Amino acid sequence: MKFTLSWLKEQLETSAGPAEIAAKLTALGLEVENVEDRGRDLAPFVVGHVVEAKPHPNADRLRVCIVETGRGRVQVICGAPNARTGMKGVFAPVGSRIPGTGLELKAGLIRGVESNGMLLSMREMGLGQEHDGIVDLPAEAAVGSPAAGIMGLDDPLFDVAVTPDRADCLGIAGIARDLAAAEIGRLTPRDLSPVPGSFESPIRWLRDFPADAESACPMVVGRYFRGLKNGPSPRWLQDRLTAIGLRPISALVDITNYVTFDLGRPLHVFDAKKLKGDLTMRLARAGEEILALDGKTYRLDPDMVVIADSAAVHGIGGVMGGELSGCSAETTDMFLEVALFDRARVASTGRRLGLESDARYRFERGVDPLSASWGAEAAARLVLDICGGEASRPVAAGRLPAFRRELTLRQERIMGLGGVEVPPAEAKRILLALGFEVEEQARTLEVVVPSWRADVEGEADLVEEVLRVWGFDRIPAVSLPRLEALPAPPTTPAQRRAVHARRLLAERGLMEAVTFSFLRKDWATLFGGGADRLTLANPISADLDQMRPSLLPNLLAAAARNAARGYPDAGLFEVGPRYEGDRPEDQRLTAAGVRVGLAAPRQWTGPTRNADVFDAKADALAVLSALGAPMENLQTTSDAPRWFHPGRSGVLRLGATVLAVFGELHPRVLKALDLKGPATGFEIDLDRIPQPRAKAGPGRPLLRASPFQPIERDFAFVVASEVPAEKLVRAARSADKVLIASVSVFDQFAGPALGEGRKSIAISVALQPTEKTLTEAEIEAVAARIVAAVNKATGGTLRS
Amino acid sequence: MEQLEDVRKKWLAAAVEAGSPEALDRVRVEALGKKGEITQLLKGLAGLGAETRREAGQRLNAVKESVAEAIEARKAALDELALDARLAGERVDVTLPPRPEAEGRIHPVSQTMDEIVAIFGEMGYRVAEGPDIEDDFHNFTALNIPPDHPARAMHDTFYLPERADGSRLVLRTHTSPVQVRHMQKHKPPVRVIAPGRTYRNDSDMTHSPMFHQVEGLVVDETTHMGHLKGCLIDFCRAYFGVAELPVRFRPSFFPFTEPSAELDIGCSRAGGELRLGAGDDWLEILGCGMVHPKVLEMCGVDPGRYQGFAFGMGIERIAMLKYGIPDLRTFYEADLRWLRHYGFLALDIPNLVGGIGR
Repeated sequence: MKFTLSWLKEQLETSAGPAEIAAKLTALGLEVENVEDRGRDLAPFVVGHVVEAKPHPNADRLRVCIVETGRGRVQVICGAPNARTGMKGVFAPVGSRIPGTGLELKAGLIRGVESNGMLLSMREMGLGQEHDGIVDLPAEAAVGSPAAGIMGLDDPLFDVAVTPDRADCLGIAGIARDLAAAEIGRLTPRDLSPVPGSFESPIRWLRDFPADAESACPMVVGRYFRGLKNGPSPRWLQDRLTAIGLRPISALVDITNYVTFDLGRPLHVFDAKKLKGDLTMRLARAGEEILALDGKTYRLDPDMVVIADSAAVHGIGGVMGGELSGCSAETTDMFLEVALFDRARVASTGRRLGLESDARYRFERGVDPLSASWGAEAAARLVLDICGGEASRPVAAGRLPAFRRELTLRQERIMGLGGVEVPPAEAKRILLALGFEVEEQARTLEVVVPSWRADVEGEADLVEEVLRVWGFDRIPAVSLPRLEALPAPPTTPAQRRAVHARRLLAERGLMEAVTFSFLRKDWATLFGGGADRLTLANPISADLDQMRPSLLPNLLAAAARNAARGYPDAGLFEVGPRYEGDRPEDQRLTAAGVRVGLAAPRQWTGPTRNADVFDAKADALAVLSALGAPMENLQTTSDAPRWFHPGRSGVLRLGATVLAVFGELHPRVLKALDLKGPATGFEIDLDRIPQPRAKAGPGRPLLRASPFQPIERDFAFVVASEVPAEKLVRAARSADKVLIASVSVFDQFAGPALGEGRKSIAISVALQPTEKTLTEAEIEAVAARIVAAVNKATGGTLRS
Repeated sequence: MEQLEDVRKKWLAAAVEAGSPEALDRVRVEALGKKGEITQLLKGLAGLGAETRREAGQRLNAVKESVAEAIEARKAALDELALDARLAGERVDVTLPPRPEAEGRIHPVSQTMDEIVAIFGEMGYRVAEGPDIEDDFHNFTALNIPPDHPARAMHDTFYLPERADGSRLVLRTHTSPVQVRHMQKHKPPVRVIAPGRTYRNDSDMTHSPMFHQVEGLVVDETTHMGHLKGCLIDFCRAYFGVAELPVRFRPSFFPFTEPSAELDIGCSRAGGELRLGAGDDWLEILGCGMVHPKVLEMCGVDPGRYQGFAFGMGIERIAMLKYGIPDLRTFYEADLRWLRHYGFLALDIPNLVGGIGR
């Protein structure tokens, strides 16, 4: 909402300057986004009269001017070709800052002659590039008065962001009312009294709505004007509109715009001669079209309100009028529309037609229902003043909708909700000034809400009205009282998993990424997603249309982008949601990571290698272990989803529950994502990791460190190629649950020496005696049990 | 006797002159070995008389000991020389770089969330959560945004496909639905924050279709706007680390709060550089207000008894302001250079004891 200070001052009698007004507007909740105040920069410059301009004794192109400034005569050396005796110009005194140069003006000698000021060009005033000569002011300009005023530049332009609830402030009158309530000035009384009509309107208003759409346009008022002269509007009106960025068109159109911005009341004017018979407010008929005032044709839906005569549609209710019945310079007879429309219907009509207008903006936020009547009077007064002619008596159809609302404000609620004591008399004064009717009771104010404040619905709204005028800054800040001496942790152990996973993965050298929750549908499909019910109906772009089934594709795409920038080796991770369906429980908190390219940079200490499946497995195991998964029971299976390399990927599970998948990515997937491989990745379902029982507490079981030396024994088994190492390790461990502390694989190979379809797995078994040092015979016995257990589980035999 | 002194001198000199462990060993064998000269001299004592033998034996043993000591000393010196020589041979170029270790980073969004949780956690808030895919009731209706409200159009909502019953799920446009879900499940007193992903169908220099917000909600019988101001002023000063940070509350409008306010912090933009806490300019950072009685009612909380405040702020926005990150869109690009530059070390865990900013 834009307006100028001078326009505001027509509604508000005030001596406050633009800065004070702006600060108060913002404090009232009418946020000032900008005040364009050229007058402020130009304040030091006054109208100067060049009493005498004579040649400079030492320079041909310079003149010595004696300037009357209103505060005495000053000698100024001027180089402008148009500097001449008798002219009036813009005088800048010594000490002022010249906007065009940014420099402070100093007294000095110019070619040996004293100069004590300056006569300014447009460019020096900071007003464009014109520098052919000094500004030539009109002869009648009063010497010594501010030059900006003479040049029409002293009218600050306010731009206010009006929140959607404050429809009443989409007219300058409403803004003035708020300022008056905040005691920044006095509201100027407006003449909204009836303008007598001299004849019956030849056009009547009709309403034709089905019973369930009566509210679409509850009321419309009209008036017929004849004998008009619709030329250009007067200078003052054109200036007003131009200043806020509107283009003057003709007197009648300018009047509708003026009333819209001045009073927040949209109007429409028809050239009455172009109408056929009475006008009807009704719903559009299927297939109806209108050529609107913006020059475009719109096809209307049957739930949109139109204004039509017997022949054609002449307006889209609350949105825009029609071109065919618009007023022109030839218009002599005009029919005025002052209507009330349903907010939601105007909004949906405008949205569907893609049509923005000042009328729609106001109607969809809600206009004062009483304005149907007073708006017609305000318009009539302006039309008769500006265009002459005579007005008919008003015609109307429909009824004023119910709007009266009575509320009670308990005095103690201002403190109770607002946290500040406002004297009751002040609360009453504020509400009265805002247009409420107020009746003071013992402990309450009984209030009637003004017609233009549909947003005030309850006691909390009344508290806000009082507080925003009283000043939010006067509410004392109170720190939140502590509920406990020391607060409990803000997060649950389950919530902390995400934090721990992040910190752990970063510690492992991966960079945390945050990528979008949506991606290309075909990528989602590659990763097991792509269901239609997770496809956005209105995506921001076609490649961000599907909720992600996995975090991997976005991470791989990020790696590809980095590779394209010259960084081919990337380790990235993300902790965030993926979506298995559209229910809340289908959103899975996931930690995923990728390693692409070299596992570590090339280095002088030794050979390098690409990241592989075991890097991904290490990442996954590290997270699972840190988050308390029962690592002893974890199984690795090789049935990872199809977006992984079928032979180099796995699943980490607890029985049927899949905790994580890992592996090298399938080349087909990498190709689709435009990523040069190889690439590895893992994905962990954080919510599926079993939580340690809460009642166990932070205490740990007693450490039983044995005083006896552990013993290591190595075994090499030959097994069938398909036997998983994990199976062999498990079997070995099961041979003696007490003595065997750990089993690790330290070698693995296959070769012709072993025979086709066979491989060797070498394990190291650590035996930890607890009672006494083991004898050689006891060690031999355990070793035999290990060999037997492995043989039983895998068919493997000791390699000789 | 002079002969014995000569023997001693001879072997002491031989020990000192031995140039290698092998030469020294030869000296040891020739002097003290089974057939060594001193050993032979000791053996030769056997034929002497007892008195003479004891006296000569003492002197001879003294010679033997001093020669043995000399040999030991020479051995230690030779070992030292040999070690020095070996170490000299083992010299490496220590200006070479060590083996590279990858250094990961925490994303500024995560770090900022952790900072927010640390500060509000200190004020007794707990973290609440809700789904990104929301229904119309939780995202709009329960927050006093009825179907035809203009505020809905302002939300630039992402929709999922229409379902059989005509309803459409949305991607939550704010974290406020978590307020609703929390109040539906928990009776007052309530003190929660809800950080998370939010979505708006808007993308340009300063908008991203996905971003992060944190919601705050306090509901009890006594919390008023003074507490709202105190709580958020305390937060801003702790988060930005500026003790006297100017904070301004401006009346505003949100359908789910009444009264509503926006919070600005004081800053300066002199010379095109943004400085927080100085100057006479203001920067909006969050919206807040007293929970609308209709919202309480729709969440099953008696508005006649309970009241409280809510707030919501953009996580990227306050991260950008605090850490001087210029462009919102770069948050989601996963550019390794950006992550290294703006990211945080894993051990930079924010808390009020260890410090909130890095």
